[in-house]
Amino acid sequence: MAHEHKLEIFRGRWKFKSNIEKIWGVLVFLSVITAVEVILGIYKPEILMHTWLDPLEGGFFATIGNMILSPIVYMKPLNLIFILLTIVKAYYIAWDFMHLRDETGSFRKMIVWTGVFLICYLVFILLQEGGYVFSVYNADHALIKKDF
Amino acid sequence: MDSTVVSTGTEEKTWGGGKDPLKASYGKMMMWFFIVSDALTFSGFLAAYGFSRFKFMTEWPIADEVFTHVPFLHGQDLPMIYVAFMTFILIMSSVTMVLAVDAGHHMNKSKVTIYMFLTIIGGAIFLGSQAWEWGTFIKGDYGAVQTNGGNILQFGEYITVDGEKTFKRVSIEDLAITQPSERVDHERKNGIWFTDEGTLPLFSVDEIYAGLAANENVLVRNQILDENGHKTVLSRAESLKQIKENGKLVVKGANLQVNEYGPSLFADFFFFITGFHGFHVLSGVILNIIIFFNVVLGTYERRGSYEMVEKVGLYWHFVDLVWVFVFTFFYLV
Repeated sequence: MAHEHKLEIFRGRWKFKSNIEKIWGVLVFLSVITAVEVILGIYKPEILMHTWLDPLEGGFFATIGNMILSPIVYMKPLNLIFILLTIVKAYYIAWDFMHLRDETGSFRKMIVWTGVFLICYLVFILLQEGGYVFSVYNADHALIKKDF
Repeated sequence: MDSTVVSTGTEEKTWGGGKDPLKASYGKMMMWFFIVSDALTFSGFLAAYGFSRFKFMTEWPIADEVFTHVPFLHGQDLPMIYVAFMTFILIMSSVTMVLAVDAGHHMNKSKVTIYMFLTIIGGAIFLGSQAWEWGTFIKGDYGAVQTNGGNILQFGEYITVDGEKTFKRVSIEDLAITQPSERVDHERKNGIWFTDEGTLPLFSVDEIYAGLAANENVLVRNQILDENGHKTVLSRAESLKQIKENGKLVVKGANLQVNEYGPSLFADFFFFITGFHGFHVLSGVILNIIIFFNVVLGTYERRGSYEMVEKVGLYWHFVDLVWVFVFTFFYLV
């Protein structure tokens, strides 16, 4: 089996001389991201704690818009940043540590697209009606009473 | 790799075997299939966790207030530092694993041995850390009172640090005033013969109430998050009323039924997801140990390929990958 490695990350902006060097480079990158996450998590900058955009109102297209923009409309920017940074970390773990970067393109797509599609579907099913579940527990005339 | 496959003697024919679809060996592809299915399991758990948080969106515990402990630094408030350390350990052991795989490609037995050993050590440190984390979580911190409705009421007082008014938690041990009690333990000889009574809470709600009444400055904090993401602190009168009327059970620490941090689902998901992940780490360490001994015994040297290291490495990286998500959703979001 050939062991050719693609020795560049960030679309060729960071090139390495050997595979070992690339591994350490990726480690540095992952550590920096983790450090950023921890610092953001401890200090929680005020500007990131409230959504920047209120849900759109008025009819069908507003609802569709809210669904498409739901990560921005309903999620605190800080949490969105955490999730995006996590996906970035996951990408580099899979691509460089699990050397998906060196696999045949179709093999890589078979693994990644299957997982991404099914996970998106699962997350959509479970989280889509989250607002309704919240109202079952917390609305003024909630079906379930917790405070007694 | 050739030596891992039984030779059929018909390799040169198109249908005679010896072909590698997608240029990946059978074992590696099956490891990837397993990883994809296991990733779906974990994403199911994490999505269920996210779903359940919707029910308690306005009252979920704040991770920074729950996971504040670091070994050897007792009593200091250091949110997240320890989990960040655990994350780093796991990423680091992933790196030594990649280095082992790389050394395997160069058929360098001594380097594979060293890096596999370091990977196992990293896994062991992570498991130990997680055990400590669980122990601290189970043992609890300040204690709380649970209401009839299952809500958690915690105690604290306002103190001024550097000119800033902050709410400092007060532990139930410091608060409670022990009172003589008529409470008799249920034993097999004086009650239903086939059951024992479980562990009793440290204090009764009356003892906590007496302590609260005696300490003028102590207030009760409930689960509800205000618009700034802090828990609501009740007024003095409301504090006394809540404990008196709604207090049902004194809770310290966490188990699957109650926990002092907030909704019981919080501890349930914590135990379940980090536990399931920890189980994966444990099996990863065991697999690594088996492969390590095979390397030391020269099995792969004789086989002419270190692909087995690569396959177990894939699993090990997957464990790291899952932890990255667990870290985000339990400790950050």
